Amino acid sequence: MSRLIRMDGSGHTTLAEWTAEDPASVEAAVAAFRAELEQGSIAMVTRGPGHAEHVRELPLDEQLVIMRRPIAGG
Amino acid sequence: MSAAGALPELASVYWRPRMTAERLRRRERLWTLTTVAHVVPFVVIAVVMVLLSPVALPVSLAALAHAWLIPALYARRGATVTRSLTPAEDGPERVSLGLLGDLVDHDARDLHARTGLVPEPGRLGTWLVGEAGALLVGERRVSCWCVRATDPEDARLPSGDRVAHLLLALRSDEEGFATVANLAFSGARWRVRRRLPKRQRAALDAVAARSTLCA
Repeated sequence: MSRLIRMDGSGHTTLAEWTAEDPASVEAAVAAFRAELEQGSIAMVTRGPGHAEHVRELPLDEQLVIMRRPIAGG
Repeated sequence: MSAAGALPELASVYWRPRMTAERLRRRERLWTLTTVAHVVPFVVIAVVMVLLSPVALPVSLAALAHAWLIPALYARRGATVTRSLTPAEDGPERVSLGLLGDLVDHDARDLHARTGLVPEPGRLGTWLVGEAGALLVGERRVSCWCVRATDPEDARLPSGDRVAHLLLALRSDEEGFATVANLAFSGARWRVRRRLPKRQRAALDAVAARSTLCA
């Protein structure tokens, strides 16, 4: 089961869960992913220790996709 | 660290040249020159005044105090990038720390629990990532970067999420991260160390010891 989560005021919120065998869950996850992007979130996946990657499409084969807010110099 | 994709936030600072190791060295040298430019005139004034007239000793002492205080104030400003922000409620804090714990190894988790800072090795040096900024630790120098996650409209992010935001951005594009962040101070490690809260000095010492071993 793959998960799409968003870091937010609650710690994090699970936006969608999907498996490749369940097209409806994939469709719902893609819709949730796009809605988050439209809100200005940035999608990240981890690539092992010390590595992360910004993704623009929902990577269906990833176990965990994290949505984060933009960062800015203080 | 992966350089596969540039940090999207770079678009908001399009006028800044992308940070590189060479540019970083230049900015570090500029900080050193700035410090020298602040210190040397006051020291010269102090010496000249007392040579001209021993009665001017108080003025000399005041000049020496300026020579000490001005770099110290810069270092203090730099050290504030590791400050902890007001925590969120217990529940969100716990959840956010759980997610952060999943992103780092045991040693980093332990250091974060003790100091509030997460160590992250990079190409530019070793980073110590906090809630509202990061320290870039070199062999003898520390650069202090002010950068933070923007809060959602309806809530404040808990501390673990703040660190996780910066950590993920740093891991995806280290040079982009250093471009987006504001360099608050760069100077000798000891200058920053003495301005850090005591519990965070351990993090700086731990990372500095590793840097020395690797050098």
